[in-house]
Amino acid sequence: MSKAHLELTGVQMAFDTPAGPFIALDDLNLKIDKGEFVSLIGHSGCGKSTVLNIVAGLLKATRGGCVLDGHEVNEPGPERAVVFQNHSLMPWLTVYENVELAVQQVFRKRMSKRERKEWILHNLALVHMDHALDKRPGEISGGMAQRVGIARALAMKPSVLLMDEPFGALDALTRAHLQDSLMEIQQELNNTVIMITHDVDEAVLLSDRIIMMTNGPAATVGEDLAIELPRPRDRVTLADDPAYVRYRQAVLSFLYEKQRFPGKEPASEKDDGQQQRTGETRRGLRAIA
Amino acid sequence: MSTLSETTSSTLVGRRLARLASLPSPGQLATRAQQLLLPLVGILLFLGFWHLAAPQVQTSLGAFPGPVAVAEQARALWQEHQDQRARADKFIAMQEERNARILADNPEAEVRIRDYPGAPTFIDQVGTSLLTVLAGFLLATVIAVPLGILVGLNRYFNAAVNPLIQVFKPVSPLAWLPLVTMVVSATYVSDDPMFEKSFLTSMITVTLCSLWPTLINTSVGVGAVSQDLVNVSKVLRLSFWTHVRKVVLPSSVPMIFTGLRVSLGIAWMVLIAAEMLAQNPGLGKFVWDEFQNGSSQSLSRIMVAVLAIGFIGFLLDRGMLVVQRRVAWDR
Repeated sequence: MSKAHLELTGVQMAFDTPAGPFIALDDLNLKIDKGEFVSLIGHSGCGKSTVLNIVAGLLKATRGGCVLDGHEVNEPGPERAVVFQNHSLMPWLTVYENVELAVQQVFRKRMSKRERKEWILHNLALVHMDHALDKRPGEISGGMAQRVGIARALAMKPSVLLMDEPFGALDALTRAHLQDSLMEIQQELNNTVIMITHDVDEAVLLSDRIIMMTNGPAATVGEDLAIELPRPRDRVTLADDPAYVRYRQAVLSFLYEKQRFPGKEPASEKDDGQQQRTGETRRGLRAIA
Repeated sequence: MSTLSETTSSTLVGRRLARLASLPSPGQLATRAQQLLLPLVGILLFLGFWHLAAPQVQTSLGAFPGPVAVAEQARALWQEHQDQRARADKFIAMQEERNARILADNPEAEVRIRDYPGAPTFIDQVGTSLLTVLAGFLLATVIAVPLGILVGLNRYFNAAVNPLIQVFKPVSPLAWLPLVTMVVSATYVSDDPMFEKSFLTSMITVTLCSLWPTLINTSVGVGAVSQDLVNVSKVLRLSFWTHVRKVVLPSSVPMIFTGLRVSLGIAWMVLIAAEMLAQNPGLGKFVWDEFQNGSSQSLSRIMVAVLAIGFIGFLLDRGMLVVQRRVAWDR
């Protein structure tokens, strides 16, 4: 068996609260291969972000740990670039300067000034933002800012790209557009990606694997679903592809039947529009089994 | 390329012409009238009220001065300044002439160069006050901003320093003044002093009273740097200094400037009080001298000083606003 690119072993995360320690994650194990696109999905508060922050090095697991390419993760670093939910660009820097800050820091010693400039422009062109180099984040739309955030992360040449609900704050059309861009880029660069999402369609469309997390406290991996759809994927033709529909139903069934939203009774679930699908899902899941 | 620039410039000219040709709409006129007229109306009403009310207030130095008397004294103070300037120029010219003559007779001779010994005029006092307030404010900024950054960045440091800030912040300048005077007299001993002692006393008092808003605002601004931006900085492994320079400082610039503007306002108020009490040169001393003088014009002259103090304070704040617009990214 080949060694995993990224491996989380026996991860436990406890937070100190006035009422004593709160175990957010417990005994979480996960192996990810190079070039894999993995989505983490689960209900709010199940600790998805905690997992991502542990891989990023922004949080330290209380037990177990994370190994990347044979090195233990102890602190944050540019080889594990993060794309945050709300772009997190420096509002006082222009689009170009925001990417420059990262490139300057990571490649100061390895690239000449000219090479750095070309690299910045290359990455901004990759996300189609090379037309707004001198704009400040406040002057561009949320979707554009998120593109720049992705360009900044890609410009660090990360071995793992971590994305924390990167498209969560965007409208549906912009989101679809950015998802397509991300698929293209990933196809081209073959990055390893871990993405947190709430969106079932997004997870199925983009991922090679979907990691479904159980509800906290003491959340862990519930199901691990490999998505074997050929690439490049097209959202329109996939919409009624039987395999795609099956995958989608499997995830929905996990989220709304096995891991019901914490504190919600089945009857009260009618309002979130998934109720009418649960019947189908059950049948779909039996088909998979 | 040339055609491109020609078209752009021609469209620009066209747009400008169009703007000139089109008369402002009634709505625009109304807003413009509001912006210009209402303040004017306010000022005129105030002057009218002042003019009518002032003669009703009788003091031992005669009736309280109205706007006309104050305007007269403002002109008189300006005239005194001009006359004094002329005398000073004459004095300097004569001195130079005399020295040149002495040197011509005997190149070895030692010549004395003296400053004009006349009393400082109102305008001179304004200059002294401005210089003192800017020096004190600058010193306060140099102390408060770095200290504020440290307090904002470090929880433990914050906990240690916070009680001190809370206690010293409300102290009146008048309480500091005797202490500052004594300490400056005792420690600043020099045969050829670079600054006057009085200048140092006023300046340090201003610093002690005006550094608090900047200090507090800087620490709050630094503490409020978005956690996401801090995380970006961590992922990039920015060094402590780069982190402060590229993330913390720019992020807190808006808050720092709000603090600086409050500080400058306090500095100006404190300075006048300090000058009055300590008899240090400046506008405060002018007011006190006129009060002691007690001539029939004194009240008018003090009123001129009051208006000048207010107007200069307003200009200082506007000046800070201009600097803020240049430096801060959020405006």
